[in-house]
Amino acid sequence: MLDQLIQQLVWPIVYILCITLPLIVAVAMFVFWERKVIGWMHVRMGPNKIGPFGLLQAFADTIKLLLKEVILPTNASRFLYYLAPLLTLIPALAAWAVIPFSSRMVLSNANAGVLYLLAMTSMGVYGIILAGWASNSRYALLGAMRSAAQVISYELAMGLCLVCVLVLAGSLNLTDIVNAQAGSKGLFDWFWLPLLPVFVIYFISGVAETNRAPFDVAEGESEIVAGFHVEYSGSAFAIFFLAEYANMILVSFLASILFMGGWLSPFPATWGFIGHGGVLWLFIKAFVFSFMFLWFRASFPRYRYDQIMRLGWKVFIPIAIVWVLVAGCLKYFGLVSIGPGV
Amino acid sequence: MTQEIRNYTMNFGPQHPAAHGVLRLVLEMDGETVVRADPHVGLLHRGSEKLAESKPFNQSIGYMDRLDYMSMMCNEHAYVLAIETLLGIEAPARAQYIRTMFDEITRILNHLLWIGTHGLDLGAMAVFLYAFREREELMDCYEAVSGARMHANYYRPGGVYRDLPAQMPQHRESPWHKGNDLKRLNSWREGSLLDFLDAFTADFPSKVGEYEELLTGNRIWKQRTVGIGVISPELAQQWGMTGAMLRGSGVEWDLRKKQPYAKYAEVDFDIPVGVNGDCYDRYLVRMEEMRQSNRIIRQCVQWLRANPGPVMLKNFKVAPPSRVEMKEDMEAMIHHFKLFSEGYCVPAGETYRAVEAPKGEFGCYLVSDGANKPFRVHLRAPGFAHLSSMDTVVRGHMLADVVAMIGTYDLVFGDVDR
Repeated sequence: MLDQLIQQLVWPIVYILCITLPLIVAVAMFVFWERKVIGWMHVRMGPNKIGPFGLLQAFADTIKLLLKEVILPTNASRFLYYLAPLLTLIPALAAWAVIPFSSRMVLSNANAGVLYLLAMTSMGVYGIILAGWASNSRYALLGAMRSAAQVISYELAMGLCLVCVLVLAGSLNLTDIVNAQAGSKGLFDWFWLPLLPVFVIYFISGVAETNRAPFDVAEGESEIVAGFHVEYSGSAFAIFFLAEYANMILVSFLASILFMGGWLSPFPATWGFIGHGGVLWLFIKAFVFSFMFLWFRASFPRYRYDQIMRLGWKVFIPIAIVWVLVAGCLKYFGLVSIGPGV
Repeated sequence: MTQEIRNYTMNFGPQHPAAHGVLRLVLEMDGETVVRADPHVGLLHRGSEKLAESKPFNQSIGYMDRLDYMSMMCNEHAYVLAIETLLGIEAPARAQYIRTMFDEITRILNHLLWIGTHGLDLGAMAVFLYAFREREELMDCYEAVSGARMHANYYRPGGVYRDLPAQMPQHRESPWHKGNDLKRLNSWREGSLLDFLDAFTADFPSKVGEYEELLTGNRIWKQRTVGIGVISPELAQQWGMTGAMLRGSGVEWDLRKKQPYAKYAEVDFDIPVGVNGDCYDRYLVRMEEMRQSNRIIRQCVQWLRANPGPVMLKNFKVAPPSRVEMKEDMEAMIHHFKLFSEGYCVPAGETYRAVEAPKGEFGCYLVSDGANKPFRVHLRAPGFAHLSSMDTVVRGHMLADVVAMIGTYDLVFGDVDR
């Protein structure tokens, strides 16, 4: 009985903590890194006062936010107002359950991993919509409406991109998808090459999905101030923040796993040490992708909300649909080498 | 049962990141589309015009800096010109060249701030900080001649407060400027102000190129500005638009060419005009204006190097005598005392003098009844005329375009509200 309890309850909780706690620390360091990188790109310094090189800035901000009062606006819907941040955070963290860090390191090696991911990432937007509605503020409501419209357009494009990957890999399991990209040619065996257009579309959709610049219309700082979370303060705001950054890191990991060979090494296996796959490779790839988020933010102007929709519907979805066919043909005629995963 | 669908009203500002100060815009919205825009002004009203009536003429020059606090010396210029016209005096040539040069420095200062904030409004953060890097250098010029970085109070009826400094102040070592960075900053500051400006203007076109690289060809930037807020030439004239707002619509009207003041007739420059009258054209016009201003500054620097001379009239009824003279000469002492207590009396009459300020035509209508204080000062602020067209221009646009439009109007509430 006790054995069973430990097996089924304690170990999973330990595993979950092993993922979420480093993730939360990673978010803190990512926020610091973002401010540093954007600072450098903007010929300024970024945070450099708290701790060595300003490393503790993110923790200082967190503590400050946690100590602040969470203000409830007049006539706000109390229950939904407090529920909304949790609704964004929980899916953002839960999605990590199926992420394989290496061939053996995965919390849940679910067969329908990709479906689970799609479900979780689209859940997050309910939190945003509810936050906007429950705040009883017109700015927040506009942000929520924009976010809803945006998600509808980009979920579709993103889903179609995933279909291409599934067609090639022949599996919904993320570990299998990575294994399908293994091969003797290293870098050139990964799915980014046969699926180049959808790889680009997937990453851009991921940026749009996480409401990051240049698609940050739901926050739209200079138009609707802070959009859906304009009325939130203190820890409730911190939770939105945490969810947004956890999602960014998630999208970076997914792009690496689905298109860039996950933990596989870009070099052929014969190259010795650097030719071996490992969790470090995954981290390096995800780091590069997450850096792109910061780069976009530092350099691009913001799209208008209808232009985002146009980009989603008129450009991304048609290309993705066409590429589903192309991917099907590539697979059917055996033009792509598929690794031993299937 | 029928239910009526109503538009909703949104209060845009006065505390809003894109309100450029204290614009309160009451928007009637149909979803994201603006049905009616009602700008409310007056939140920064300080009664500058009324204040000027209770002070000797010279003491109001400082107020002019605080009107459009992004184009300080141009405001001073209009006011000083109006006084000079009524007094029937003219500043020495060197002073006029200095004024021309500082008007153009001011234009670059203003346009740099404009491109920064306009970019920030549309989400392009980098340009803002790049523009402020160059602004800092030009602020140093203001500081070198007047001691103040913004509210210079440098122009005077009869000339300018003092000649250009022979030594440009250098940066001291600090936690922010040290090592190579400090050396680079000070390498421009070895000689006089003119040497500094020479170095700056040689470098500045490449900096404008940097901003343009980030924005001009950027597809998102173009989507956000091309075809947004189109103002036809007729509409622009009907609303009394001036400056880049008018030139962006293709009307070639620039007071520096049409009614040259100071030494604009002597310097060589072009007036850029737009074609479509949208936000993008106005952006291009302003970018080109910065390059043209750079050209004018270079010509002024050249002339000022070659021609030393007085920068103030030797007329002690309006201009103070030197300290040395005051120590020895009774007359000078009396003049000094009279000038700094009573001021000078301006012959009765009225005049309107306007300058091409960075934002458009900044004019000063001055009425004197012969006393030592103006009877009435009216200031024609370009921003006020521009803002009044807000409703006509943004009707039917989306909320995000209103932000682009506020940016392209280049509003500063110091001069809209006065």
